[in-house]
Amino acid sequence: MAELVATSPAKGLLPVTIGGLTLSEPAHAMMTGISPHTGEVAQASALLKQATGCDLPAPNRLTRSGDAMALWTGRNRWMLIGAPAPEGLAETAALTDQSDAWVAVTIEGPGAALVLARLCPLDLRDTAFPEGTATRSEIFHMQAIIARTGPASFLVLTFRSMAGTLVHDLTTAARAVAARAEV
Amino acid sequence: MRLGQGGLIDRDAPVSFRFDGHVYSGFRGDTLASALMANGIRVVGRSFKYHRPRGIFSAGSEEPNALVTLGRGAGQEPNARATMVEIHEGLEARAQNCWPSAQWDVMEVNDLFAPFLGAGFYYKTFMWPKKFWEKVYEPAIRRAAGMGSLSGEHNGDLYEKAYAHCDLLVIGAGPAGLMAALVAAEAGADVILADEDALPGGRLNGERMEVGGQSAQGWAAETVARLEAMPNVRVMRRTTVTGVYDQGSFGAVERVGGHLDRRPEGLPLECFWRIAAKRAVLAAGAIERPVAFGRNDRPGVMLASAVRTYVNRYGVAPGRRVAVFGNNDDAHRTAADLLAAGVHVAALIDARPEARCDLSVPFYPGAVVSSVSGRMGVEAVRVETGAGTQRIGADCLAVSGGWNPNVHLTCHLNGRPVWDDGIASFVPAAGAVPGLIPAGAAKGIFATSGCLADGARAAGEALQALGIATGTVEMPEAEDAAYSLRPVWHVPGKGRAWLDLQNDVTVKDVKAAAQENFRSVEHMKRFTTQGMAPDQGKTSNIAALAVLADATGRGIPQTGTTTYRPPYSPVAIAAMGAGAQGAGFAPQRKTTSHAASVAMGAPMIEAGLWYRPSYFPAPGEETWRQSCDREVGWVRNAVGVSDVSTLGKIDIQGPDAGAFLDFVYTGTFSTLKPGRVRYGMMLREDGHVMDDGTTACLAPDHYLMTTTTAAAGLVMRHLEFVAQVLKPEYDVQMVSVTEQWAQFAVAGPKSRELLDGLLDAPLEPAAWPFMACGDVSVMGVAARLFRISFSGEHAYEIAVPARYGESLFRELVARAEGLGGGAYGMEALNVMRLEKGLLTHAELHGRTTGFDLGMTGMMSSKKDYIGRAAATREGLLDSERERLVGLKPVGAVKQLTAGAHLFAEDAEPVRENDEGYVTSVGYSPTLGHFIALGFLKGGPDRYGERVRFVDHLRGIDTICEVCPPCFFDPEGERVRG
Repeated sequence: MAELVATSPAKGLLPVTIGGLTLSEPAHAMMTGISPHTGEVAQASALLKQATGCDLPAPNRLTRSGDAMALWTGRNRWMLIGAPAPEGLAETAALTDQSDAWVAVTIEGPGAALVLARLCPLDLRDTAFPEGTATRSEIFHMQAIIARTGPASFLVLTFRSMAGTLVHDLTTAARAVAARAEV
Repeated sequence: MRLGQGGLIDRDAPVSFRFDGHVYSGFRGDTLASALMANGIRVVGRSFKYHRPRGIFSAGSEEPNALVTLGRGAGQEPNARATMVEIHEGLEARAQNCWPSAQWDVMEVNDLFAPFLGAGFYYKTFMWPKKFWEKVYEPAIRRAAGMGSLSGEHNGDLYEKAYAHCDLLVIGAGPAGLMAALVAAEAGADVILADEDALPGGRLNGERMEVGGQSAQGWAAETVARLEAMPNVRVMRRTTVTGVYDQGSFGAVERVGGHLDRRPEGLPLECFWRIAAKRAVLAAGAIERPVAFGRNDRPGVMLASAVRTYVNRYGVAPGRRVAVFGNNDDAHRTAADLLAAGVHVAALIDARPEARCDLSVPFYPGAVVSSVSGRMGVEAVRVETGAGTQRIGADCLAVSGGWNPNVHLTCHLNGRPVWDDGIASFVPAAGAVPGLIPAGAAKGIFATSGCLADGARAAGEALQALGIATGTVEMPEAEDAAYSLRPVWHVPGKGRAWLDLQNDVTVKDVKAAAQENFRSVEHMKRFTTQGMAPDQGKTSNIAALAVLADATGRGIPQTGTTTYRPPYSPVAIAAMGAGAQGAGFAPQRKTTSHAASVAMGAPMIEAGLWYRPSYFPAPGEETWRQSCDREVGWVRNAVGVSDVSTLGKIDIQGPDAGAFLDFVYTGTFSTLKPGRVRYGMMLREDGHVMDDGTTACLAPDHYLMTTTTAAAGLVMRHLEFVAQVLKPEYDVQMVSVTEQWAQFAVAGPKSRELLDGLLDAPLEPAAWPFMACGDVSVMGVAARLFRISFSGEHAYEIAVPARYGESLFRELVARAEGLGGGAYGMEALNVMRLEKGLLTHAELHGRTTGFDLGMTGMMSSKKDYIGRAAATREGLLDSERERLVGLKPVGAVKQLTAGAHLFAEDAEPVRENDEGYVTSVGYSPTLGHFIALGFLKGGPDRYGERVRFVDHLRGIDTICEVCPPCFFDPEGERVRG
């Protein structure tokens, strides 16, 4: 019998390297939306911490441990990436599988913040948006989750269906930044 | 004429360019204006209204005359100021508003009629007949008058937008701005220094003076280099801050690539910046103002500061015999610089009787220039002295009427500038823009040392507000001359005296406005057009309102200024809309089956941001109707597959999830058992229908709501509002999972057969009645199955994680084809829902109620829900309202169209007799004729009646029979079978 074949959201579009900058799609990881029930944030955070090493971070922050990363993504809303939701978490929080709902793009290299500055109104200076920051904002016309995962690397997530537009917008901005460096 | 030496141009780097079809040469560092001047070109364009020859008037962004069109073809850029255009290889510029050339312009004949063409002429003359306004008068006037024009073609040039953030934004890099940036940067603040010039320095680059023991030009260059080397400073050259907005945000436009010999691929022409700054220093300088006298628009009449800039910065002389006229010491400074450069100074005319002069030039204290003579350029100057009139030969007249601080940006949040008698000009009102600190000449301080000190002071004030300690920065020595002037606005003389060169407005026009009782400065502006167009009156506003004040017997401060609005200088719409041309207008949302559908030849249509297949053409089919009819037949007789992933899916969980659903839906959902699906309708607070869809109970306290594609975002927002504001006590969580699942309708009598072959375990008929749902496994992948139908057939929707969507779609289509069916698109989907009388947002258009739609049976009387009270208002339950009905043609099959209106059979089809309208129409291959849904007064009470169906736009007039909205299988036997 035939098999269903998995397709990544940005298949055929990434990776690309423009100037010193690389846009790539991280390996597919499990993603779970976590919305604790009323009064259960601390309990959910403790459970998560115990199982993955990540607790539920404060607004605009992310926590990481090994391959696991927990990002704040909104009011009473977090995303766990790279680890399964631990046993028992469903008792304290509404969980949704989000593994296929997003296209993720890693932007890495010098000028990464300059590229995002063409698409996103956030203050991305090191002082205002240091490593460990994660927030909801926009990439041009798309709502997005934007996280700083390293000194010169960012993780951007938008709806899976918008993968083509996301890659187009990011590469256009990256080309403009690279072209400025040539002048 | 190029001077033998001097200037900040690179004489080792010649650059060739084209102007009006001729090739000229200049040097790197030249603007188009300075290079044309070096080549002896005096007439660079024709005036707006009278087509008078005009020359270069200024050396900056305030230029009213030297507007040119750059480039050719789609991307040609009109109204570029030659004073701001850097010459580069390949530059091609053309003069505007002239034919065949600026030198010989046929339309100069307009100037002969000038006595008839003054302000108000158009308003009074072109009034009758009214229908000529747009068709005859306006096109004719636009051809005769105006500036440059766009190509009207699609412009593929690249522009961009970007954001920047800083502690301190310094606007302008003259002495005050450079000092402010330096002080703030040395203290450790994040600084953005924006300057509209390619070469930061402001007036320092145009003057012959010393700053900090070296040339002003040298000090500026050294300071800029020092700033650029600091990691916390971003020097933005060629960047004009164009607008001030709330909360410390600024708009700025940067010229990025247009000035380059070769533009690297991907480099935009311009970038529109939005800069968020905690504090800002406005060091935008001042603009010199001219004096109005007879024929003061002739080429060769220039601002005195511009003459100095051309001599000192560009090494070019604006004339061979230059006369200088002023009412302040800058006239003397200009004469001195000309002498130093070896240019003959024909006369120095100073309006101040007490003035002294130690230069060896013919000096006329207490004298004024009343007019100039010469047509294509100044030939002589008429000087009125106490002793009589003198005619002095000169080919250039440098004029200084004093300086107007650049208060523009301080007025963007409704601030009004205040009059300062000491400098006879307006200065920024204190605190006009929160956090914006005016400094230097922008504040009315004109001595260089004063500007340097005030820049440092402003930075200190900003640093204090930012909580950053100020360090010590050495203050450079500079000139400290007092500013003494005698206001002179207008000298009566021979010929028209021009105020606004860009709009051809004279002193007489402004006086005419006052005579016509347009006494308010805002009315005067509209009557005369003074201060409009690209330069917004930068060189004319203050003089014009001084003339108006005089004509109306008021003082200048009482007369006031017009409103300053963004942008400070023109911004290309292409820059503000960067990235949003064509497909960039909105994100494209593509389903997982997109590529496969396109490969099958399906034309994609937009549904909100989504793209969905319209139909899947088969070989031999020539019209969409053929494909659509075939696809409907497949579903009615075999099995069809359609991607329905675009419908909104909202996961709702929590102990109060059932109660929450009961509150947002008109029906009851808390009683829904796991494994079952129910159709629901939700209302707005005003009782009208917001959306409809199904909600499945996946497990106790766990639901999956489906919304329409169109209203997915709206419903999500609504639910969030209800949960956060109306029912904060509910323990309920909701998250969109629309994108997590790829979902496909499998519809038709053979749908179960298809699924049984595909699923890892066949479906047990008893376990899967209509409106059942549950988990299944498809080829080893966990999936969700819903037995729901939008086609009226026995149908399912199967959902898999989106990564498998493309693969599952191909598999489903292949299997459907094996069973005598295949993929179907939106057209067929629409026809089938019409046959069943099912609703979309064509019917749920925001003005219809549950009553109108015949769905009162779904509106529970046992519980409260949003919109319940409002929906029971008397007027919303009137049986004479326009209510949902079906319509079918009477007699031979005729074309029906959506958007048609309904009338009584024997009524005249006019608005007064309108009885309703048609929302959806389709040809039903199942029934063999057109069918329609619409809203008709009295609706269901009129089943069986005949109504007149009229589409005035498309010329359709026919008779239809009113019938129930469900045309096919009204008992629902097929869907349950």
